[in-house]
Amino acid sequence: MMTHDYALQVDNLAVEFDTYGGVVQAVRDVSFKLRKGKTLAIVGESGCGKSVTVQSLMGLIPMPPGRITRGSARLGNDELIGIAPAALNAIRGKRIGMIFQDPMSALNPTMTIGRQIAETLVVHRGLSASAARAEVIELLRLTQISQPEKRLDQYPFEFSGGMLQRAMIALSIACKPEVLIADEPTTALDVTIQAQILLLLQELQSSHGLSIILITHDLGVVARMAHDVAVMYAGQVVESGLVDDIFYRSAHPYTLGLRAAMPSNDPRKRQLQIIPGSPPDLFAPPPGCGFADRCAQAMRVCRDTPPPAYGHTHQARCWLQDPLAPASPVTSLMVNNKAD
Amino acid sequence: MLIEATALRKFFSLSGGRQVHAVDEVSLGIAEHEVVGLVGESGSGKTTFGKTLIGLHDKSGGEVRYRGELLPARYGAADFRKQASEIQMIFQDPYGSLNPRMTIFEIIAEGLAIREGRSLAALRDKVVYWLERVGLHADHLSRYPHEFSGGQRQRVGIARALIVEPKLLICDEPISALDVSVQAQVVQLLGELQASMGLSMLFIAHDLSMVRYVSNRMAVMYLGSLIELGPAEDLYFRPLHPYTQLLIASNPEPDPEHERQRQDQLISGEIPSPVDLKAHCRFAGRCPKAEARCFEERPALREVLPGRLVACHLL
Repeated sequence: MMTHDYALQVDNLAVEFDTYGGVVQAVRDVSFKLRKGKTLAIVGESGCGKSVTVQSLMGLIPMPPGRITRGSARLGNDELIGIAPAALNAIRGKRIGMIFQDPMSALNPTMTIGRQIAETLVVHRGLSASAARAEVIELLRLTQISQPEKRLDQYPFEFSGGMLQRAMIALSIACKPEVLIADEPTTALDVTIQAQILLLLQELQSSHGLSIILITHDLGVVARMAHDVAVMYAGQVVESGLVDDIFYRSAHPYTLGLRAAMPSNDPRKRQLQIIPGSPPDLFAPPPGCGFADRCAQAMRVCRDTPPPAYGHTHQARCWLQDPLAPASPVTSLMVNNKAD
Repeated sequence: MLIEATALRKFFSLSGGRQVHAVDEVSLGIAEHEVVGLVGESGSGKTTFGKTLIGLHDKSGGEVRYRGELLPARYGAADFRKQASEIQMIFQDPYGSLNPRMTIFEIIAEGLAIREGRSLAALRDKVVYWLERVGLHADHLSRYPHEFSGGQRQRVGIARALIVEPKLLICDEPISALDVSVQAQVVQLLGELQASMGLSMLFIAHDLSMVRYVSNRMAVMYLGSLIELGPAEDLYFRPLHPYTQLLIASNPEPDPEHERQRQDQLISGEIPSPVDLKAHCRFAGRCPKAEARCFEERPALREVLPGRLVACHLL
């Protein structure tokens, strides 16, 4: 694929934080590509670095103590890492929109919903106050908020959680961004409201051609929304590929473990399998694979040497993919690549 | 039944004489060794039911019996002390529910020390036993809550509740704040302890799919009412109430092929305010199948199939 087929391309990103306990290597060599008009889900558990990854692209991590030590991120043809704050301000909120997990704390409680959305339109699109107001009503209607003419003069506390997330989406797409980053957008919502918000995002994607990065820990949400998936663990992407690759041909033991730990609607699945242990300490990441201590298939090489990424469109960082590795429950990418 | 609520009611008063109908005539019992999963969305009254059941809220109406004995409508200090060795609770927020100034040892031992009138030091062996039983380690005794992850803190909360060897454990969203793999770990731990100790449990959650793995029976609440009750697997795979059907259908399945073929059945709107509710079916306003009588009369919870209770006029 040519570079211009990607809305966003991240290569070898590494982020560290100075803390009292030492240096935390939160993101360790992360690469991914976001296809235009598609949804890339970044999946992982607390502390795996999924939020830090996207926040560092947006210049949202505090520096210091944070530090991007390596890597590049290109939005279209424009580099995001290391550019001047003013240049980043022109991109953030305009070419990249963002939705957060907790809309109540992401919005200003002392400003009406209408003014917060209008502010973006005035700053980034240079609209007049009255034109901005008309546009806000249009945006609220687009995100299916009833009575937008009345709602835009209300404050965040007058909105329910689901309505606030709709307002947040209206704000994030106000400048018609190329990329929308949604960081756990439905985690704080009930399932019936989650279903409504996910459908809204899908509708906006097809009507506006949005490219979406969806950060979540919920494999159900991934299955519903994603075209491509990157599974993160201990600051690294351990497996990436098309959504069907990840779910039906899992090539990394962590992905298999996560799937087995998820409750399912399948009546035959009567037991949840657990992944024993907990993720490694990122103050001193293990010399080998970060998952080795919890992995039932771990070999000696896994503890000593970090695994390379095997495969092409479907990749996994796992020694089990090596031609010399014994048979294991993970799908072999060698076979897949021949089929490609 | 070990504990049984009959027409239990908890209203909260607002200014102007208005009332929040948080729990409105809910009847639900838990048998010995039974796990009942109580599910519903935010604002359905499931947590208020759990707290009112064990006296953490005064009752506005109805009654609760424990082993046949009527519990007081309003608890005094002596009532709580008497009940504490029989009924314990674990909470949703593993950060807010542990005192940050106490060590893990003090947190776990405190309840037992008070009950048995013994010094904390005399209980060290027992605390170590419980720490290990919930998957922690004796080295953790002198540490403070901030040194632990969410999953580990939830284990501390479980050890604190179970060291007094209660008969009934109320679990209020014990896994909602945890990561998926940690959720499975905590659910498995609770299941093992429940089986080995013969515990009865009320497992409150908003995630039905996880509740199916821990419960014998499942109860669904909506806007202060109990709308469906039945054997967990049966209810999950063959929900009868229109709300339960939509609630289960809304849950995304970790299977992309299944999701692509999904016929979207969305519930429009959101759960209404529980202030001064009208005397009709609580779900009528959002129900795709509602008829005229749904807006006139509140349906009673009745048995429509053996063991299956549903509050709906249409069944």
